[in-house]
Amino acid sequence: MERFRRFIQFTAAFVANCRLWITPSSPIYTGPLKFICFPGLNCYSCPAAITSCPLGALQNVFASLKMNLQLGRPDFGLYVIGSIGMIGAFMGRMPCAWFCPFGLFQDMVFKLVKVPKLAFWRPLSHLRYLFLFLFVIILPIFVTDAAGFGQTWFCKFICPAGTMEAGLPLIALDPGLRSIIGTLFFSKLTLLFLFIAWSSINSRPFCRAICPLGLILGFFNKVSWLRLKFNNNICVDCKACELICPTGVSFADGRDDINSTKCIRCMRCFNFCPGGAITVEFSKTRRQLKDEDCTCHTK
Amino acid sequence: MKERLPLFIFVFFLLMFITGILLDEAGNVFQKGVTICLSCIGIG
Repeated sequence: MERFRRFIQFTAAFVANCRLWITPSSPIYTGPLKFICFPGLNCYSCPAAITSCPLGALQNVFASLKMNLQLGRPDFGLYVIGSIGMIGAFMGRMPCAWFCPFGLFQDMVFKLVKVPKLAFWRPLSHLRYLFLFLFVIILPIFVTDAAGFGQTWFCKFICPAGTMEAGLPLIALDPGLRSIIGTLFFSKLTLLFLFIAWSSINSRPFCRAICPLGLILGFFNKVSWLRLKFNNNICVDCKACELICPTGVSFADGRDDINSTKCIRCMRCFNFCPGGAITVEFSKTRRQLKDEDCTCHTK
Repeated sequence: MKERLPLFIFVFFLLMFITGILLDEAGNVFQKGVTICLSCIGIG
């Protein structure tokens, strides 16, 4: 399962970034696939990206909300919220573990950089709410210029995926951009290096402490079609699930719910549990529900 | 009812998605996607 997941991760990263013919005259892809929101953090300004980033698109909707309302233009982000919501309703936060290119990058850094690994300080996971509500929603909507247009605060000041996937390649490609970089770029670059260093000692720190997209998808974990179930009666209390969990979800001792917003559905606990106490549940299909109804009526 | 909840949620967001397409919101995502995001780079 773990090898299969890795294969899917690499495939998804390649599919999202499969524009191989990159020239300085056309630094980014401008084809028709750019209207699709990729289910993961993948900067749309990356020269190889062929799809859009849902978090970037969401921030752009919020940033232009005031201006659109003033101009009477209907753009309430229904398309972007609908795209994210459909994925969430189907599989919850599963894209974080299976499709997200920045998640794969963190996995690789954690695995390949041979330094002593440290325990993640759990209260940091509450920061995700701050980044989602403040940097993605409140600031882009309410801090606007004279024309009513806000900024994409998370992209501009935080997102290390943007710096790594778009900033560095575009600056390497375009001498014009090189000449106008300033303090902001270097502060974002420093942030990126700090994240890389953090990813080497903690597993998936960005997903656990920062990622607003992961939090949005995580809200669906409890109500998605695909869910995990923990059977306490079968549990042999070996703590294997807690030790191998990349986001430190601790459900065997009751600290977290198995479908908490932290769970990225990598299925490692399901795979490694010696007693089979963890199962993958799918909500019943319409047909199954219909069949059950029929059985009840017959009885 | 609880078993049907994921289906209801999915349909709700599907309708949202379709309404967004009808209002040409996908076009707006496309417009942003084909321009270099200077903020993402740390310039804008």
